Amino acid sequence: MVDFMITVDENLCKGCNICTEFCPRKVYQESGILNKKGVHVPVPENEDKCTQCQLCVMMCPDQAIKVDEKVDEKDDK
Amino acid sequence: MVENRENRFMKYLRKDRLPHIFCAGCGNGIIMNTFFNGMELAEVDFDQVVMVSGIGCSSRIPGYVKCDSLHTTHGRPISFATGIKLANPENEVVVFTGDGDAAAIGGNHLIHGARRNINITVICINNNIYGMTGGQISPTSPQGSYGSTAPYGALERPFNLSEMVKAAGATYVARWTTAQPVQLSNAIKKALKNKGFSFIEVISQCPTYFGRKNRMRSPIEMLKWMKEESIVKRRADKLSAKELEGKIIVGEFQNKEEPEFSDKVCQLLEAQCTTGKPSSTRSAYEGD
Ligand SMILES: Cc1ncc(C[n+]2csc(CCOP(=O)(O)OP(=O)(O)O)c2C)c(N)n1
Ligand code: SF4
Ligand code: SF4
Ligand code: SF4
Ligand SMILES: [Mg+2]
Repeated sequence: MVDFMITVDENLCKGCNICTEFCPRKVYQESGILNKKGVHVPVPENEDKCTQCQLCVMMCPDQAIKVDEKVDEKDDK
Repeated sequence: MVENRENRFMKYLRKDRLPHIFCAGCGNGIIMNTFFNGMELAEVDFDQVVMVSGIGCSSRIPGYVKCDSLHTTHGRPISFATGIKLANPENEVVVFTGDGDAAAIGGNHLIHGARRNINITVICINNNIYGMTGGQISPTSPQGSYGSTAPYGALERPFNLSEMVKAAGATYVARWTTAQPVQLSNAIKKALKNKGFSFIEVISQCPTYFGRKNRMRSPIEMLKWMKEESIVKRRADKLSAKELEGKIIVGEFQNKEEPEFSDKVCQLLEAQCTTGKPSSTRSAYEGD
């Protein structure tokens, strides 16, 4: 288990799959099911591969993603 | 206590207005992220930020942000921004404008803002098309690209906005695409720190109109196109026009220091208050 979390806010996500495509570690997987808004919200299936690089957070046009920051970076502040 | 799982930029946004109206995968949302990131990197005081925009999809960005903002008329955000800056030079004035807004109807305001070197930052969201009104060709649409007003492909040559604004006198100019959010954030940081007219041209995706009419139906295809065709300026400077055909030249186009406009106005006012007349200039009517 990893000690951080990745969450996708399904009220904000529009299912563009930019995160699925551009995550360098292929953490997200396209979802097969529609949510109640009619959106395929990607699933962070391979969370253990995530390097917490935050690229998906910068590229999500809908501010739907949170990936916890690296703990050591937090300590610097 | 429930852990806060909000995105890191949510603190700057008017949550009650989200999700925003932009189409799925539209570049406008990425540009919002990079602006907030650049603003944090430049250590700008968010309370001093005033966002100004014209009309267009991209011009709706300020409406989602929790700061003072002004949604103005088509093509005129730089004029309003000039007024805001001169009324209170403490304000960090940032213009969000589309390619249609900035380069078509507002082209004159753009070049004169640059000529004055007034200390504002203009972020031009160049999606190569009029998004809001249904995909008409804009002054930056590539030659041969399709739009609802160019069913046989655009006949005219597009403006090279960054070169144009540089020539007009801007002191910081950079171009990046939404596929390079890290470089873009850094350029925005430098633009905010520059004391003068800063221009950031962001090549962005409008999958709904530009993409659909130009065989790139999804935002992913458009982002891949931008990533693949980008070439950094340093390398591009060594290539011929023929070799650069279809390429997107990215990087810094200008970065220099020059006297700034609101400073000059302040100095003039200061001189007038202390000596009764501006000392730096001789009135043309003196001796009348
Ligand atoms: C004076 C005036 N003329 C025309 C329009 C119609 N109009 C609204 S937005 C727009 C173009 C928007 O294109 P752009 O600035 O590139 O923004 P985008 O939607 O692509 O982000 C036009 C022509 C208007 N609102 N006002
Ligand atoms: S933080 Fe980086 S590695 Fe982790 S999911 Fe996002 S893009 Fe992938
Ligand atoms: S990039 Fe954002 S909006 Fe697009 S699918 Fe991923 S989480 Fe959803
Ligand atoms: S029409 Fe184009 S520019 Fe406007 S919101 Fe949709 S994708 Fe974005
Ligand atoms: Mg446009």
